[in-house]
Amino acid sequence: MAPPAEVLAVRGLSKTFPGVRALDDVDLTLHAGEVHALIGENGAGKSTLIKLLTGVYRPDAGEITFQGEKVSFATPLDAQKAGISTIYQEVNLIPLLSVARNLFLGREPRNRFGVLDVARMNREAEEILAGYGVHVDVRRPLRTLGVGAQQMVALARAVATDARIVIMDEPTSSLEPREVETLFTVIRRLRDAGIAVVYVSHRLDELYAVCSTVTVLRDGRRVHHGKLADLDRLSLVSTMLGRDLGEVREEGLTKFTGEHHAADSEPVLDAAGLTVPHKLHDVSLSIRPGEVVGLGGLLGSGRTETAKAISGALPVRSGRVTVAGTPLRGGSAPAAIRAGISLLPEDRKSEGIVPGLSVRENIALAVLPRLSRFGLVSEAKVDSVVDTFMKRLRIKASSPHQKVGELSGGNQQKVLLARWLAMNPKVLLLDEPTRGIDVGAKAEVQKLVDELAADGLGVLLISSDLEELIEGSDRVVVLKDGAVVGELTGDDVTEDKLMRTIAGDSQPVAKEVASDG
Amino acid sequence: MAEATLRTAPLDRTRVLQWLQTYGVYAGVAALLVVNIAITPHFLSAENFRTQAVQVAPVIIVALGMALVIGTEGVDLSVGAVMALAASVTALYLGYGLLPALLVVALFAAAVGLANGALVALVGVQPIVATLALMVGGRGIALVLLPQLKDLRNPSLASLGSGDIAGVPYLILIAAVLALLVAFVVRRTTFGRQLLAIGDSRPAAQLAGLPVRRVLILVYIASALLAAVAGVLATARLQASDPTSLGNLMELSAITAVVVGGTPLTGGRVNIAGTVAGAVLIQLLTATLIKHDLPPSWTQIAQAIVIVAAVYAARGRGKR
Repeated sequence: MAPPAEVLAVRGLSKTFPGVRALDDVDLTLHAGEVHALIGENGAGKSTLIKLLTGVYRPDAGEITFQGEKVSFATPLDAQKAGISTIYQEVNLIPLLSVARNLFLGREPRNRFGVLDVARMNREAEEILAGYGVHVDVRRPLRTLGVGAQQMVALARAVATDARIVIMDEPTSSLEPREVETLFTVIRRLRDAGIAVVYVSHRLDELYAVCSTVTVLRDGRRVHHGKLADLDRLSLVSTMLGRDLGEVREEGLTKFTGEHHAADSEPVLDAAGLTVPHKLHDVSLSIRPGEVVGLGGLLGSGRTETAKAISGALPVRSGRVTVAGTPLRGGSAPAAIRAGISLLPEDRKSEGIVPGLSVRENIALAVLPRLSRFGLVSEAKVDSVVDTFMKRLRIKASSPHQKVGELSGGNQQKVLLARWLAMNPKVLLLDEPTRGIDVGAKAEVQKLVDELAADGLGVLLISSDLEELIEGSDRVVVLKDGAVVGELTGDDVTEDKLMRTIAGDSQPVAKEVASDG
Repeated sequence: MAEATLRTAPLDRTRVLQWLQTYGVYAGVAALLVVNIAITPHFLSAENFRTQAVQVAPVIIVALGMALVIGTEGVDLSVGAVMALAASVTALYLGYGLLPALLVVALFAAAVGLANGALVALVGVQPIVATLALMVGGRGIALVLLPQLKDLRNPSLASLGSGDIAGVPYLILIAAVLALLVAFVVRRTTFGRQLLAIGDSRPAAQLAGLPVRRVLILVYIASALLAAVAGVLATARLQASDPTSLGNLMELSAITAVVVGGTPLTGGRVNIAGTVAGAVLIQLLTATLIKHDLPPSWTQIAQAIVIVAAVYAARGRGKR
């Protein structure tokens, strides 16, 4: 039997954005009937690669050969017409049109008078969707369907347009387990029909269930490619995170001093059974005063969602949060803040800073009502708070009146920390506190986290930087697919153990030791 | 030296634009004053200045509320309709005396503002759509309450419209006091700062625990109340309630004043002094053309040019 035909060959693809080498000399080959896993952490270059393949971006260097011909797609529509379909995390259909209209958009069946043949369109739509396990009235507007069913319509549409390659960008992020099964059936059918599938996901179980080959990207480069079966889970995780197993690491690369002496007191924060549909399943954790608890896991494992659920920014279906013995009511951000929970969000630029306002206004933003009487701001009190924290956190700005958007990332992060410290919180939730800030500021922020814990704050630390997570945390709770899968304590807080827990290795080292201590 | 000059050349361009955005509107007002003093007969008279100021006062008052709404990255299209509603309600309740009538007007306006604010803040409707509903419906209600123009003979209302203190008409004094009040609210109160933060980055404001919904609702109520004040004052000046045409296109005049005054439509910044100057600029421009017997269509073209210039100067600012 002849080997399956090569559908796509990408050679030396590179793309640079101002200040970032997003993709660096990446190769990728796809054969007919291949289901190819494309994986990598945040910023590894997955989205850039997909956008180059589908004509959203133009490559700076390298070439794309599609079905034996060199191609250069000017727009996503060109790529789609040529036979490369993409299904994004967010459904890109028209919510108000009927399901059938969405499915046939742009290629509606017409009768002999050239008029839309509605009856035939609806009949065919029903047949097609039945093949995807979707049984709905196809005349209903698309938006009345559940997200999972919408995703299936998008998939059916992508495949129906004579695609040779279907790219799926985290297609299961909003699907129920049953729908995931249907999706896999569809993917296998595509495979058998000779269509190549690129499958992007952070869920290891899914990758091993459906993919045959794999490409791992890290920092814009291809660091591994080959058969997925040749790469066990642990190696996959370590390749993705860029850590060698058993590698002896030099201690002290971060500014963390290590042990904190968490009082054996009652937890300052206790979160129990947090559940958010599609995102979190029964997540529980507690933090004692003076303790830094790390939250480990891959991208999409529910770390950010956990922090947001605790801080009231993400509504939970069930679960409860207790701060210093008092249950939190309302589950809203203001209520959580009043109770003493502060969240430093992951997306500093769009959810953290208020870019057009000054350093001073940004620091005073949350605490403003406490510095006011009858709604009138006391400028003297604001000045004193701003002055205290600018000095304490060594915030570098030309003046307190400089716009915060003009500061460096590290200083912006310090301004946000100052905003929360001014509230005198009990619990700090730090979501990627050092991402995208320079080395010096990073060390300062790490040192600060240590100091704050020493002052008796409970800290939850989320970091994709393993070194930072391991050295900064007293304990690490490990998440996978939105659920807690393990906890590392004491001497078990190591990169090795963390990666084993993430990979779901059979030996439950973490749990055993945890019960000792 | 030459090299340094070369390198700073593009920077100068942005500086010029920034200067224009901050001070352009004042420069425009000054230029129009100078031109008019030079070429327009009888321009430099107290009587003329009073007329111009009395005409522009309602626009300024409406624009103050509009500036607050635009500061939250919203817009309020219903202000003209609220003016008409204020005129109708004033006519209906004037029989009970001026003060009771004004209280009822305030209640109606607050209800309109509450409806706008609730649609925007609680339901999540886009401001332009939410306020469009009451822009159409508000004038409808006004006309149901009072189907046609009605002359109002009430001495207190008449004195409100034409009275003065030391030669300065009440209208101007009220507009000035309100402008100072709104500027104070923006600069010195928690409400003002929260409003700007919400306009600049709503997700950040929300995560920082700000009472986003309450602030948004209050902003729309403030806008409606200010529009109602303008409606009552305009009615008082006319000594007649005219729900059919009072406040027509006022929403556009107010938005123009705000934008020309250097408040970006993208929210997060409110320039009250600029807004007042923006209203004055448009007023002077219109007056200049009318006094030189140019047809009204020219006024519209001139306004369009001013708007385009303001938008050009504001280009590249606002949101990053």
